[in-house]
Amino acid sequence: METTIVNHKSKFLAIAEQTKSSLISALPLVVSEAQTALENLDIPTSRHEEWKYTRTTKLQNERFSIQKSSTASIDYRPFEALRLVFVNGVYNASLSDHEKIDGLSIRFDEEIKEQTLIGFDIASSSNFFEALQRATSTSALHIQAEKGAVIEKPIHIVHLIDAAQTLATPSIFVKVHQSASLEINESFISSDATASGLTIRQLWAQVDKNARLEYNKMQDENDLSYQMCLEDIQLADDAYSNFNTLTLNGGWVRNDLRIALNGKNIESNLSGFYLPRNKQLIDNHTKVDHRYPHCVSNELYKGILFDQSTGVFNGKVYVRKDAQKTNAYQNNANIIAGDQAVMNTKPELEIYADDVKCSHGTTTGQLDESAMWYLRSRGIGVDAARRLLTSAFINDVISKISNQQVAEFVIADLTEKNLLYV
Amino acid sequence: MLTIKNLQARVEEKEILKGLNFEVKPGEVHAIMGPNGSGKSTLASVLAGKEDYEITGGEIIFKEKNLLEMSPEVRAREGLFLAFQYPVEIPGVSNINFLKAALSEIRAYRGLPPLTAKEFLQLVNEKSKLVELDGQLTNRSLNEGFSGGEKKRNEIFQMAMLDPTLAILDETDSGLDIDALRIVANGVNAMRSPEKSFVVITHYQRLLDFIVPDFVHVLYKGKIVKSGTKELALELEERGYDWIKEEVEAQA
Ligand SMILES: Nc1ncnc2c1ncn2[C@@H]1O[C@H](COP(=O)(O)OP(=O)(O)OP(=O)(O)O)[C@@H](O)[C@H]1O
Ligand SMILES: [Mg+2]
Repeated sequence: METTIVNHKSKFLAIAEQTKSSLISALPLVVSEAQTALENLDIPTSRHEEWKYTRTTKLQNERFSIQKSSTASIDYRPFEALRLVFVNGVYNASLSDHEKIDGLSIRFDEEIKEQTLIGFDIASSSNFFEALQRATSTSALHIQAEKGAVIEKPIHIVHLIDAAQTLATPSIFVKVHQSASLEINESFISSDATASGLTIRQLWAQVDKNARLEYNKMQDENDLSYQMCLEDIQLADDAYSNFNTLTLNGGWVRNDLRIALNGKNIESNLSGFYLPRNKQLIDNHTKVDHRYPHCVSNELYKGILFDQSTGVFNGKVYVRKDAQKTNAYQNNANIIAGDQAVMNTKPELEIYADDVKCSHGTTTGQLDESAMWYLRSRGIGVDAARRLLTSAFINDVISKISNQQVAEFVIADLTEKNLLYV
Repeated sequence: MLTIKNLQARVEEKEILKGLNFEVKPGEVHAIMGPNGSGKSTLASVLAGKEDYEITGGEIIFKEKNLLEMSPEVRAREGLFLAFQYPVEIPGVSNINFLKAALSEIRAYRGLPPLTAKEFLQLVNEKSKLVELDGQLTNRSLNEGFSGGEKKRNEIFQMAMLDPTLAILDETDSGLDIDALRIVANGVNAMRSPEKSFVVITHYQRLLDFIVPDFVHVLYKGKIVKSGTKELALELEERGYDWIKEEVEAQA
């Protein structure tokens, strides 16, 4: 037993040893700390509370490595945006757009200077995968909207995996300066059914005073893929953020989204849907941390679990002692559509302030039988009836996407996957 | 068009239909009346294919085919329509999308090309006018928050859209005001033709003044116990069911 664990770990340690992290010049301490942490931390297993339902056994048995890209062109432009492409976790300049936009700066890898990363809340690695990401970071991207800049053009970060057994560990820094406004869309895709691997993408975002960030994350890798998204978002006074986690497909998906409300009068919206099929696993861990008074947070996650799939939702909401007049809402609703599908949901509210409005609700049910009967009695087959009800169920999550083109793309994609009926 | 022979059905060990015989020919309008709990809605649900009911005997032939072997959706595509006594509310599914889905599947089954968006909207306009359904309602979620009368009108609107050959109306008149009753009846009458048949389940003679039936039947304790012409409905209105119950007991 002991030796197998060491063996699995050693595969990853070997990669880390051979890889120069893209964070090395700007964040040398973070990288060396991560290297040490890798030695000391174990790969999480279901014995760890945070990984109770999300098994890493299969992942540990894989042999990942950092891969070169073979993609020469990519015609993936589902909506109008400035496109930045990563292939196998590495920034690809020739596939990316280079349009100059007033008030927006975009930098990669060595172009990123240490002083521009001041203020990002880069805590020390709390688990093995975080350390692995920092120690091996395949590329780094720094996006900055200057003070007062309202960036109309959406950004679209595309992560393409085009080789098998790939380890992709990109880092993304986003800074929206005071009173600026920015929309970022991020897609994770596979070039075909076999190109897959482990993606660990870390996002650090700062939304400064009175600034706005719209973020739509679209996960659409193939069934063989493993994907982990680590997200640390800090919001300042009067900031607004709207973060949507739209899981369209993926074999094994883990999202760790942590939002710190570091000021007053902040509005933070978190939404997501997941529609796992076959034996897919989709895990959403979220943490909303209210630290100051007069803030609002809304959270809505919805899932339909087909076939033998597994879903995990763990939503932590902290309301600290000073965070009076907080409004914090959380809702997680699930439909079990597959005979052997399982949903594990756990809201965790910790409230230390007394003058607050907080609510949470979780439901897990079946597709409404009487609705199915009504639809079928009108000539609609079982399959289409299910899709109509699926559309109805996740419609309120889709409506949180403020960019109409992105919403339409998501609907079209789910329709093509035979999940929606529109 | 429809032949039911010795039909027996039950739900959760409870026998509801106990050897029911019934026949509908093309172009006919039949009214079914009978006391509460006698099995009228059960008959309607069994015809439409609700899976909660277990068929323990008998047969149903619809347009020369064995209806009991068909799924609910295939029955609808074959031309059977049930206007529900209690239509279901489906939040988030718009009336329009729902009808589009239903119509396209029904048309595909019948080998017809799908309607263009324009043709579909024209049809919606035409048929919603027929039952004077507020245009707003067609865009709202299916039956969600509809008043009782609006739900019933929506059922008739759906019927007009889907153009069935056999329509079963289960207490479509209950909960309708006098004007709505006339509107619904006009909708049905506009569809009457030598090829189309209707089975109208009702408690009140009133509806039958507007939709004049060819035959009237009394369903009691899971069987058709009396059949007649439209005059039977008048007699029931006047005398109630006691005399029929007595006749049945006397025969037993
Ligand atoms: N799903 C069910 N489970 C249990 N009992 C049922 C079910 N459906 C019908 N029944 C029973 O079967 C009997 C017949 O019901 P049904 O609804 O067919 O009567 P009905 O003639 O339509 O009455 P009404 O005039 O009140 O509408 C009733 O006693 C009813 O309670
Ligand atoms: Mg009834």
